[in-house]
Amino acid sequence: MSDAQTETPSETTPNQIPVTVLTGYLGSGKTTLLNRILTEDHGKRYAVIVNEFGEIGIDNDLIVESDEEIYEMNNGCVCCTVRGDLVRVVEGLTRRPGRFDAIVVETTGLADPAPVAQTFFMDDDVRAKTRLDAVVALVDAKHLPLRLKDSNEAEDQIAFADVVIVNKTDLVTPEELAAVEATIRAINPMARIHRAERAGVSLTEVLDRGAFDLKRVLDNDPHFLDHDDPDHVCGPDCDHDHHHHDHGHDHDHGHGHHDHAHDHGAASPIHDAGVKSLSLRGGEMDPKKFFPWIEKTTQMDGPSILRLKGIIAFPDDPDRFVVQGVHMIIEGDHQRPWRDDEKRETRLVFIGRDLDTERLQRTFEACQA
Amino acid sequence: MPTVAPLDLESHCIATAWLNDIPHFALADGVVHRLDNGHKWAEVHDGLLAACPDVDHARLITGGEDGRVAALAADGTVETLAEIGRKWVTSVAAGPQGTVGFAVGRNAYVRFADGKQREFQHPRSVEGIAFAPKGMRLAVARYNGATLHFPATDGKPTELEWAGAHTGITFSPDGKFLVTTMQENALHGWKLADGKHMRMAGYPGKVKSFSWSAKGKWLATSGAPAAIVWPFQAKDGPMGKAPLELGTRGDTMVTQVCCHPTEEIVAIGYADGMILAGRFADQKEVLLRRQGKGAITAMAWDDDGRRLAFGSETGESGVVDIAG
Repeated sequence: MSDAQTETPSETTPNQIPVTVLTGYLGSGKTTLLNRILTEDHGKRYAVIVNEFGEIGIDNDLIVESDEEIYEMNNGCVCCTVRGDLVRVVEGLTRRPGRFDAIVVETTGLADPAPVAQTFFMDDDVRAKTRLDAVVALVDAKHLPLRLKDSNEAEDQIAFADVVIVNKTDLVTPEELAAVEATIRAINPMARIHRAERAGVSLTEVLDRGAFDLKRVLDNDPHFLDHDDPDHVCGPDCDHDHHHHDHGHDHDHGHGHHDHAHDHGAASPIHDAGVKSLSLRGGEMDPKKFFPWIEKTTQMDGPSILRLKGIIAFPDDPDRFVVQGVHMIIEGDHQRPWRDDEKRETRLVFIGRDLDTERLQRTFEACQA
Repeated sequence: MPTVAPLDLESHCIATAWLNDIPHFALADGVVHRLDNGHKWAEVHDGLLAACPDVDHARLITGGEDGRVAALAADGTVETLAEIGRKWVTSVAAGPQGTVGFAVGRNAYVRFADGKQREFQHPRSVEGIAFAPKGMRLAVARYNGATLHFPATDGKPTELEWAGAHTGITFSPDGKFLVTTMQENALHGWKLADGKHMRMAGYPGKVKSFSWSAKGKWLATSGAPAAIVWPFQAKDGPMGKAPLELGTRGDTMVTQVCCHPTEEIVAIGYADGMILAGRFADQKEVLLRRQGKGAITAMAWDDDGRRLAFGSETGESGVVDIAG
C-alpha cells in the first residue's frame, strides 16, 4: 500500500522480541562486535541472523544464515519494500520462543537499511512478534571519507542509524577523527556517536536502546536537536538517557540553540550533502493543522525521508507528544507530562535525500497554534 | 455432536497429518507426536520448519533448522533423506513415486526414491515448492513469479512472471492451475494451458493457508475474518466470480483452512483457537472446537473425513471426531 501508515500507539508487550539491526561496510568491525555480543557475559541470549557464517568463529545454533532478499511489493512503492528472508527467518525463530531474549540482524556491507527496518513495521506477523530496537551503524574511521565518496550506501547507513560507532579510532589522527565525526553529525544529528577501537564499545550502548519505542524515544534527551554541534560526540560513558550528566564534557554549550530551522547539509568538506537533515523548531502546534500536515508530508515526501523524530507540544495538552518515522511509516503517541522545567516547544528532525527544506519549514510553521 | 480429544503439547504445531490412520503432530521444537494407542513421539530435528505427508500417507517428510530432510514412518522410525549443512530447510513437498522436494536458501532440490538428487539454483530465494499432481514437475514460488522444473528430464524450466514476492505455491488437483500466496495480501494464479493470469486480492491479511476441496472444485484460503473460497469449476477458474465467505467472525482472523476429503465442507481454524466447519452449499456452520489459548496453525482430515487432527501455536492440539 502506498498510503501513509499512521499506526496506533506501539504497544510494547513483553512478548515482542527486540531486534537490533547492525549495518556497516566490510571491515568496519561488524564481525568483531557480533562475536562480542555472542560471547560476552551479559546475561542475555541472542539469535543472530547473518549473511554468511564464514567469519563468525562460533558454533551456536542460534546463528542463522540467510540470503538477503529485498522484496518490493507489486505496487512498486519503495516504502513497502521489505526483507523477505527476514520475514521467514523471524517467523521460524519466534515459533520457538524461550530460546533467546533478542535478535541481532547483521546486514551486508552495501545494504540499504530501510527495507530491514520496514520489515518490522510493514509485515503484520513480524510486527506482532518482534519490535525494532535500534539501527546501529559501524563505520571505519580511516576509510569512511572514501566510502562516502564511493557510494550512497555508506551515507544511508549513517543517516538511518540510531547509534553510530566510529571504530578503529586508533588508526587516525585526532584531526581526522574530528572531521569524521563532524561528517557523521552533518548527515545525522540525531544519532548517538561512540568512539571505539576494535569495536570495543560497551554493549549497553548498542543493545536495548528502545530507539523506536515511543515511550522511550527522545525521552529525557535535553540535547535532542543540539547534537548538530560539531563538538558533541559521546564518549565511552556518555548516555543521554540519564538525567544527570556526570561525565567529562559539558553538554550545555550555548551555541547550536537556534530558534529557527536550519540545514545541516554542508558542514563537512568530505561529505557532499546527498543526505541532509532539517531541524524544525516551533512553539505549540495546532493539532487540527499538525496531524494533516505530518500525514501529507510523509505521504508525499516519504521516499526521500529516511528517518524522522520529533517532540510536539499541543496547547492544553499536559503531555509531550512524540513521533518517529521511517519513510512513509509514522508512529505517534503521548509520551509523558511536560516537566515544569521544560520549555513547551515543538522540535522535529527530518533526515533525508533531496528534502525540500524550504517547503517543509514553511508548511511546518503554518501549523503553529 | 462433535467431540474433541485434546492433546496438550509444548511447542508451536507446524503440521498435522494422518499416517496409516494415526494422527501425527509435528512441532517446531523438532518432536513429532502421535496418538497410536497412547501418546508417543519421535525426535526428528533440532528445530522443525516444514512437514508434509507423502502421497501414500505412509511417511511424514520433514525439514529442519539442522539442515536435514527426514522421513518419519508411522512406527516412529526416522530416516535421514538429505543433509545440506548448516542452512535451514524451509520448505518440503512430496511427489510421485517416493520423490521428495525441499528448499534451502536459493536452491530447490528433488530427491528421487533411489536416493539420486538434483539441484535447481535460482537467483533469488526459493520461498515455496509443490509437485504437480501428475507427471514429474516441481513448481517453485519466488520473487516476481514462479518457476516450473522438470526434474526427470533436462528440459528447460518454464518461467511464469508476476511482479511481487510469491511465498507459497499449489497446483490445482487437476493440474490445470497454479496458485501462489504472496507477501502482499493476495493470491496470484496462472492457467497453465495459456498462462492467463488470475488475481485474487482484497484480503485484509496475508494468506498463509490454502486447501483444495474434493476434486479441486474450490480453493479455500485464510487471510480474512472468514474462509475465502474461490470457485475453480469453470475453465477460467475464478475469474470474474466472487468467492464464498464462510464462517465470518467479526473479531478474529482465519489462520488455517482444511477442506474435507469428500464433502464440500471446509474446517476453518481461527486466531483465537476456535474451529468451525462450513458447508459451501448453504454456508451452514458447525462448531468443532471452542476458543483456546492460541491460533490454529495446522489441521488435517483423516482419509474418511470423520476425524480432524489440529494443532495450535501454543501447542494445544487434539483430534475432533465429527460423529461424536
